[in-house]
Amino acid sequence: MKRNKMLLLFALSLVLSVILAACGGKDKTEDKNAAPNKENDKATEQEEAGEPDAEQVLNLIESAAIPSVDSAIVEDAVGFNVLNNVNEGLYRLNLENVAEPAMAAEEAEVSEDGLTYKFKLRDAKWSDGSEVTAHDFVFAWQRAIDPDTGSPYGPFMMSGVIKNATAISEGEMDKSELGIVAEDDKTLVVTLERPVPYFLSLMSFGTFYPQKEEFVTAKGDAYATNSDNLLYNGPFVLTEWDGTGDSWVYKKNEHYWDAENVKLETINVDVVKDSATAIKLYNDGKKDRAGVSGDLALQYSSHAEAIVQPETSVFYMKFNQEKDGKETPLANENIRRAIAKSFEKQDLADVILANGSIPANFLVPKDFAFDENGKDFRDIAGDHLVYNAEEAKDFWQKGLDELGVTNLELEILGGDTELSKKMNEYFKSQLEGNLEGLKIKLKEVPFSVRLELDTNQQYDIQISGWGPDFQDPITFLDLFVTDGTNNLMSYSNPEYDALIASSKDELALDPAARYEALAKAEKILIEDDAAIAPIYQRGLLQLQKPYFKGLAVHPFGADYSYKWAYISGKE
Amino acid sequence: MVKYVGKRLIYMFLTMFLIATATFFLMQTLPGSPIASYNKLNESQRAIVEKKYGIDKPKPVQYAIYMKNLAQGDLGTSFVFKGKSVNDLLASRFKPSFILGAQAMVFGTIIGILLGIIAALRQNTFWDYGSTFFAILGISIPSFVFASLLQYWVASEWHLLPVGLWNDGWKSSILPSIALAMGPLALSARFIRTEMIEVLSSDYITLAKAKGANGFEIAFKHALRNALIPLVTVLGPVAAGLVTGSLVVEQIFAIPGIGEQFVSSIMSNDHATIMGTTLFFSAFLIVVIFIVDILYGIIDPRIRLSGGKN
Repeated sequence: MKRNKMLLLFALSLVLSVILAACGGKDKTEDKNAAPNKENDKATEQEEAGEPDAEQVLNLIESAAIPSVDSAIVEDAVGFNVLNNVNEGLYRLNLENVAEPAMAAEEAEVSEDGLTYKFKLRDAKWSDGSEVTAHDFVFAWQRAIDPDTGSPYGPFMMSGVIKNATAISEGEMDKSELGIVAEDDKTLVVTLERPVPYFLSLMSFGTFYPQKEEFVTAKGDAYATNSDNLLYNGPFVLTEWDGTGDSWVYKKNEHYWDAENVKLETINVDVVKDSATAIKLYNDGKKDRAGVSGDLALQYSSHAEAIVQPETSVFYMKFNQEKDGKETPLANENIRRAIAKSFEKQDLADVILANGSIPANFLVPKDFAFDENGKDFRDIAGDHLVYNAEEAKDFWQKGLDELGVTNLELEILGGDTELSKKMNEYFKSQLEGNLEGLKIKLKEVPFSVRLELDTNQQYDIQISGWGPDFQDPITFLDLFVTDGTNNLMSYSNPEYDALIASSKDELALDPAARYEALAKAEKILIEDDAAIAPIYQRGLLQLQKPYFKGLAVHPFGADYSYKWAYISGKE
Repeated sequence: MVKYVGKRLIYMFLTMFLIATATFFLMQTLPGSPIASYNKLNESQRAIVEKKYGIDKPKPVQYAIYMKNLAQGDLGTSFVFKGKSVNDLLASRFKPSFILGAQAMVFGTIIGILLGIIAALRQNTFWDYGSTFFAILGISIPSFVFASLLQYWVASEWHLLPVGLWNDGWKSSILPSIALAMGPLALSARFIRTEMIEVLSSDYITLAKAKGANGFEIAFKHALRNALIPLVTVLGPVAAGLVTGSLVVEQIFAIPGIGEQFVSSIMSNDHATIMGTTLFFSAFLIVVIFIVDILYGIIDPRIRLSGGKN
C-alpha cells in the first residue's frame, strides 16, 4: 500500500515537472516576441536624434576570461580584442575596416621594391604620460620574436614577413638582427623579407603593438599580469582586472592622442559563457549586447533587436585522400565532386544555422579582401562547386565505376555541439539521399579531438573552418599548398603551389595580376580539383540595444573597436 | 584518538599522492594541445611554445618536476592565464565557490532536517507526503534544472533577484545557493524522516513520554541527536555532490568560481589548472570526510574512534 502511494507520488512529481518545464518553454518564446517590439519603437524615434547622452557607460559581455594582455603573448580572440581597445599599433582599422595611421603620424613611405617601410610617429603618450617612441616598437617586436619569450603569434605573424624573423625564432640569429630599426625617437624603419601587399593592415594587429622597455623590464615576470602592471596607449585603459577574473572595466584614456573623439567614459565587462544567461542579462537591461549562439539563434532570429554580425570565418568539408598511407575513395576526383555538389546550402544557412550565415561557394570570404579599387575579391573570383544534385549523381556514378564498386561507406567527422550535430545529420541525409549506394557514418567529437584526428589524418570527410589572421586571400589559400601545416588531407597540385608562390614573389608588387593569380588558385582548389567542398560563411546573431551606436566590427584580428562607440537615447 | 588522527592523516596524504599521480597521467591522454593557436603554428613554432610550458620534456620528467613543486605547495603556472600561478588563480576564485557551497550546505541541511522531523512527527499525513514529494523532486531533478527555473522565474520574470553575475553582494548568491541546496535538502529530509520514525518508536522515547516530556523536547532533545548520526555519514558524499553541481550552476549564473574554471581548464587543455583544481577539490573532499569521521565520535560517544575493548 505504502509503496503504491510512493510510486503514485513519484509519477505525479514527474508529470508536474514535465508540465513545469513545458510552461517555462512556452512563456519564454512568447516573452521574447512581446517585450522587444516596444523598445524598438522607442529606438526608431531616437535614431533621428543621435546626440550622445550625458552618461556614457556601456555594459558588455565577453565569452571568456582574458588569458593575457601582453602583446607578445596573446593568442586568443578575447586577448586581441582587449589589446585593440587599450593599446594601439602604427595603424588601426577604422569604421570602414580600412587601416589608417594611428601611432604613425601619416601614411608610411614605401620603397620602390616594397621591402622598406618608413614610419613617422605622431606625438602620442603612454598612460603614464611618457612619449611613445620608435624604440618601443623595436623592443616589442624583438621581444615577440625572441624564442625565450615563447610567443606563439610572434613567429607566426613575422616569419617570412619581417626580415630575419624565421632565423631569430629558430635561435640562429640574434634578435637585434630583426628588420626593424629606430632611426630616431620618432622614425621607424621596417625591412621585409619579401614585398607584402597587406603589410599596412598587419600593423593594426596586436602582435605588432609597442611596449615600453623600461616598464616591461621593471615589472619583470609581473608584467601584464593585472591591469596595474600594464601601460596603455590606446583609447581606453584597463582597470579592475586581477589577471584571472571574470570581470574588468575599460576607462577612457585621457592621455590618448585622439581622446576628443572617444565618447565612452566607462565600459563594464563580465564574462558570461552561457548564451541563455547572456540573453537574460540583456533582456533585464544589465547588458547592452549579447551574442546568440547555436540552438538559440533560430528562436531569436526574428527578435526586434537582433542584428547579424557578418563574419569572415568560412566552413568547408575537407576530403582526406590518404589514410594510414593508403589512398581513400576520396582520392577519386569524381567522388569528391559528387559529394561537394550534393548538398543544398541555402536551407542549411537559413533553417539550421539561422544566424545570418550565408552559403559559400568559395574559400575566401565575402566582404573581406578588396583590390586597390575597392572591388571585393569575391566579385573577381566568382562561384565554384555550386549545388546541383543531378550533376552530383552523374559524377557519383562515374566515380563508383572508376573505383569498381557499387557502394561506399564514408565517415563524416564533425563537432559535438547541438548545432554541429544537427548540421551533421543534415549532411548525412542530403548525401545519402542524393548519392545512391553511399552510407554515411557520423563521428561527433569535441574540438580538441577533431584537431588531433586532423593532425593524424584519421578521417574521411571533416567539417572544418578557418578564420583569417590578416586581410588578404592568402591567409585562406595558403592552407592547402602541398605539405602546408593545415593541408592534412594529402592534397597536392603543383600548379596551385606555383600560383601561391608567385603571389608572394614576383606578383607581390602587381596587385591586379596577383588577385588574378589568387582567384585562379582558388578555382583550381575548388572547381577543378574539388579538394574541399565549401559550406557556409558564418554570421553571428547578436542582440544589441538601439541606444548602443558606433561599434566597429572588424573582419580579422580583434573583433571590435569601442573607440567610436557611444550611447545615444538611453533614458 | 591522537593515534587515530595521525593514521588518518597519513592515509590522507597517501590518497592525495595517488590522486595527483592518476590525474597527471590521465590528463596526458586528453586529446589536443594547450596551445590555443596550435593549428596555426608550424612544427618549429610549436616547439618554441612547448618549451616555454615545459611540455617538451619526457612525461616522467614532467611528473617528477610537478610532484617536487607540489610538495612545496606550488601548483605551477597556468597555460591559459599566461604567467599566472595556479595558486593565485584558485585563491581569487575560491571565495564565490566557498560562499555558495557553505550557504547551500547550511541552508539545505537545516531545512532538510526540519522537513524530515515534520514528516516523521506527522507520519502519513499531508505534511509527510508534502515533504516526501519535495524530497523526491530534490533528488531526481538535477541542480542545474533548478538553477534555470529559478533564474527564469525569480530573476527574469519577477525581477526579485539578479539574473546572474557576482557584483550584487549577497543578492547574487541567493539563487545559486538555493539551486545547489536542493540536493542536500532532499537527502537530509529523507534520512531524518526514516531515522526519526525508528528512533521515536524506541523504548527510551516511550519512557520520556511516560515521564511527561513535551513533544518538542522529545523531538529535538532526545530523538534528533540519535537520528542525526546517519545523516552525518552522508554529508561527505553530499559535499561531493555540491562540487559537481557547482560546475554547472556557476556557469548558468556566470559566477567566477572554481567549478566553472575546472570545466574550462579541461576544455582548453590547461594541464596545470586541471591538476590544481582536481587536487583542490580532492583535498576538500578528503578533509570533509575526515571531519565527518571525527564528528561521529562527538555526536555519538558510543562510536569509539580507536579500536578499544569490545
